[in-house]
Amino acid sequence: MRRHVFALIDCNNFYVSCERAFNAAIQNKPVIVLSNNDGCVVARSNEVKKLGVKMGQPVFECQALIKQHGIQVFSSNYSLYADMSDRVMAILSTFSPRMEVYSIDEAFLELTDLCINDLTEFGRTIKSKLQQYTGIPVSVGIAPTKSLTKIANEMVKKEPQFGGVLDLTRLSDQEIDEILARVAIEDVWGIGPKYALFLRNYGISTAKDLKYADEKWVRRHLTVTGARIVFELRGIACIPLEEERPPKQGIMCAKTFGREITSLEEMQEAITTYAARAVEKLRDQDSLTSCLTIFIKTNPFQKNSEQYSNSFTMNIPHPTAFTPDILKYALEGLSVMYREGYRYYKAGVYLTKLSPQSSIQPDLFGEFSLSQHYKQAHLMAIVDAINKIYGRDTLIFAIQGITRSWKMRQLRLSSHFTTNWSEILTI
Amino acid sequence: MTSQDAHLSSVPAGFPSPADDYKANKLDLDELVIHNPQATYYIRVRGNSMKNAGIADGDIVVVDRSLDATHNAIIVAVLNGGFTLKRLYYKDGARYLVPANRLYKPIKVTQGMEFHVWGVVTYCIHRVK
Repeated sequence: MRRHVFALIDCNNFYVSCERAFNAAIQNKPVIVLSNNDGCVVARSNEVKKLGVKMGQPVFECQALIKQHGIQVFSSNYSLYADMSDRVMAILSTFSPRMEVYSIDEAFLELTDLCINDLTEFGRTIKSKLQQYTGIPVSVGIAPTKSLTKIANEMVKKEPQFGGVLDLTRLSDQEIDEILARVAIEDVWGIGPKYALFLRNYGISTAKDLKYADEKWVRRHLTVTGARIVFELRGIACIPLEEERPPKQGIMCAKTFGREITSLEEMQEAITTYAARAVEKLRDQDSLTSCLTIFIKTNPFQKNSEQYSNSFTMNIPHPTAFTPDILKYALEGLSVMYREGYRYYKAGVYLTKLSPQSSIQPDLFGEFSLSQHYKQAHLMAIVDAINKIYGRDTLIFAIQGITRSWKMRQLRLSSHFTTNWSEILTI
Repeated sequence: MTSQDAHLSSVPAGFPSPADDYKANKLDLDELVIHNPQATYYIRVRGNSMKNAGIADGDIVVVDRSLDATHNAIIVAVLNGGFTLKRLYYKDGARYLVPANRLYKPIKVTQGMEFHVWGVVTYCIHRVK
C-alpha cells in the first residue's frame, strides 16, 4: 500500500504573533488577546501560559496577574488576523499543489508525491520562510496520516529541542510509540470529551493504548469515525485532504452588544448594521440571497432579569444583494418580534437560500426588472469600493446610526496595519 | 451612465475598431512596486533622518520582507523595543544603522542590543506638492 506523507503547519499563538509582527515593543513581553467585547482570553503568549492564565478565562479574573506582570492586553483585531492568515496560506500553497486550509491559523499539506528527501529540512524551510515574510512563528508536524501530524505538532510545541519541526516518518515504530504513550486520549484529534470518557472505561487512556486496541473490540465498540482514528494512529491514512471547502450556504452576522439595548431605535441600528455587514459579505462572494432570518435575545446568564428571545424568517421574492432591500425586510421583521421592557444583549442576521449572482433570471410578469437589478448592483459596487478604499463604514445607511454606543467593546484594538491606509504602521 | 449601459452601447453597429486587436491591460502600480505580495507591507515615515536618501517626513515606504538585508540596503529594523528606518552598513565585521541626515548619528549594533531586520525598503511614495 502507498504510504502517504502529510504536514500540518500551525501558527504559534497566532493572534499574539500578529500583534507582535507590528509592535516592536512587545516582542518578549507577556501578551494576551481578548474575545469580542473584551470578555475572555482567546490567545496567550508563551510567557502568559507559564503564568497559568487559561484559554477562555474571563479577563476580570486575570486583572491581578495583568498588573503584576505587565501583561499587554489587546482586543481582537480580526481584519489584521484575516489578512495575515491570507498571507500565510498563500505562502504555504507554494510548497505543495495539495493543501487544506483547516482554520485561520492551521493548514495541512500533502507531500506524498513530491519525492522530498529530507522532510525535516523541508519543514524548516517552510518555517523560516513564513517567519521572514510575515513574522509569524509556526510549528510543523510531518507524518503519514493527518492524525499523526497533529500529535507531531503538539510534541513540537512542548519540546523546544525539535526546533519547531518534527518528522515522524523518520522515526522507528518504537520511537513513535514512546511519543504516543505521552499523549492523553482526550488530546487525540477527533476524540471528544464524552468519547474519551467511554474509552477510558475500557482502559484506553493514551494514544498508544488506542493504537494497539484489539481489532475485534474496535469493530464491535467503536463508530466508523473511531475506527478511522485507530487506523490513522497506526500510520494508515483514512482521513483525506479536504481541498475544496463547499461554498458558504448561509452568511451570518451576529454579535453581543457592548452594553444591553433597551430601546427599539437602538435595536434598529444594531439589526441594520449587522444586516448591512452580512449583505456586504454576500456581495463579496458574488451571491444573492432569497431568505433572511433575524434574531434578538436577552442574556440567559442574567438569571434574575426577564428573558425573551425570538427569531423571524422572511422569504424574499427576488434574489438580491441590495442593501436597502435587505434593511427594509430586516426592519419589518424586527417590528413584528420586538418587545419593549427587556434588556437585549445579542442580535443577529442570517442570510440563506444563496444563489450565484450570475444565475439571475428576468421576471416575465413585471415586478422585477433586470435593468433595475443591474442599476442596484452598480450602486452597491460603488459603495463597497468607497468603503474598501476609505475604511469600513465610510458610507453607511442612516438607519444604522452614527454613535452606535451599543457597539462591541474593543478598548484595546491595535491598528488595521494592512487593510486601511490611514492606519498603516508609522515609524 | 452605469457600466451596464456602457456595455450595451458598445454593441457593434458600424465598422469594428482597428485598435481592438491591440488592446492591452492598463498599467498597474502594484505590478511595478510589489514583487512579492505576501511579504509586502506599507509603512508611513515620520521625521527627517532619511531625508538625503529621498525619504521625507510623511512619505509611505514599500517594505519587502522577502528580501535579505545586504550592505547599503535601507531597512526597517526592530531595535531595543522600537522600529527604526536606517541604511544598513557593514564595516570591519560590525553592523551599523546609518541615517541619511547629518543631524543624526549612526548606531553601531552591539551584542547586548535587541536587533533584527524587519524588512527591506524597495520604494518610497512621495507626494509632490
